[in-house]
Amino acid sequence: MVNRISVSFFALMLLFVSTALGQDTASAVQQAAGQQNTETGAVNEFFRSNSKIYVAMGILVIIFSCITIYLVRLDRKITKLEKEK
Amino acid sequence: MAKNWWKILSVLLLLYVIIGGFMVPVPVIGNNQQAARSIFFHLPMWMAMYTLLTISVVNSVWYLATNDLRRDVRASSAASVGVLFGVMGFLTGMLWATYTWGGTIVNDPKQMTTAIALAIYMAYLVLRMSFTDIDKRARVSAIYNVFAFALLIPLTYIIPRTVDSLHPGSASSPGFSDKDTAGTIKMVLWPAFLGFTLLGIWIYTLRNRYKRLALKNIIHG
Repeated sequence: MVNRISVSFFALMLLFVSTALGQDTASAVQQAAGQQNTETGAVNEFFRSNSKIYVAMGILVIIFSCITIYLVRLDRKITKLEKEK
Repeated sequence: MAKNWWKILSVLLLLYVIIGGFMVPVPVIGNNQQAARSIFFHLPMWMAMYTLLTISVVNSVWYLATNDLRRDVRASSAASVGVLFGVMGFLTGMLWATYTWGGTIVNDPKQMTTAIALAIYMAYLVLRMSFTDIDKRARVSAIYNVFAFALLIPLTYIIPRTVDSLHPGSASSPGFSDKDTAGTIKMVLWPAFLGFTLLGIWIYTLRNRYKRLALKNIIHG
């Protein structure tokens, strides 16, 4: 179980790195600097509003979700060990 | 799953707090500005800490009355998770102070007495490590824990209220009473208290169960 998750996590990271490397760096930097903001949509607008503070909120949500998943898995493992004895 | 409902409640409440904490309008006062939102995360740390350290001292007294080692395991688990939340509260307070008080560690009474209280509890955890005899460890640290709790409340709650401090809730600045807290803050703050306290209790139960498994040859039942 643990191995499977580590492997899938590693694969996901590889995917991220390869897409990042494949991107046109110059245009990405330009976009980050806000020079060419052509993105539209409600989600984009929301995350860019109020000086992008909701990006920080999203980061907290991600961190908290990961901690929760970790705790749930730990809880299940301990329950399993308790049943064994 | 039926008896795990409070863990789900905790997670849902905390998701609400994280999202609501950034989205509700807060009063912009003085140099606090939007940093006022830190209250949704800073204050619940202390509420969780008080709850866990109360659980710890109750179990310590219970141990002294019954000599049941399972009580000692509960007391030590609750104290260590309580200290974790205390440290998180202190660190978040330090960051907040840096941008509002103008210093990370200032000579503010509340900050100093809280540091002392945390040091006392860290000494409890160190004290536990110094024993090889498990019964002696349980008894001595239970007695120490009662002293530590007797100091915690005056140090972090009573003394800061009697002197001037930059921290709200001192002799010269308002606390978080019903009348001077904005409704939008209360809307997120109360669920945050419950959510973080339940999260702390969850981590405490996990640590307690792990410790009991580790000691299952010594502790029966």
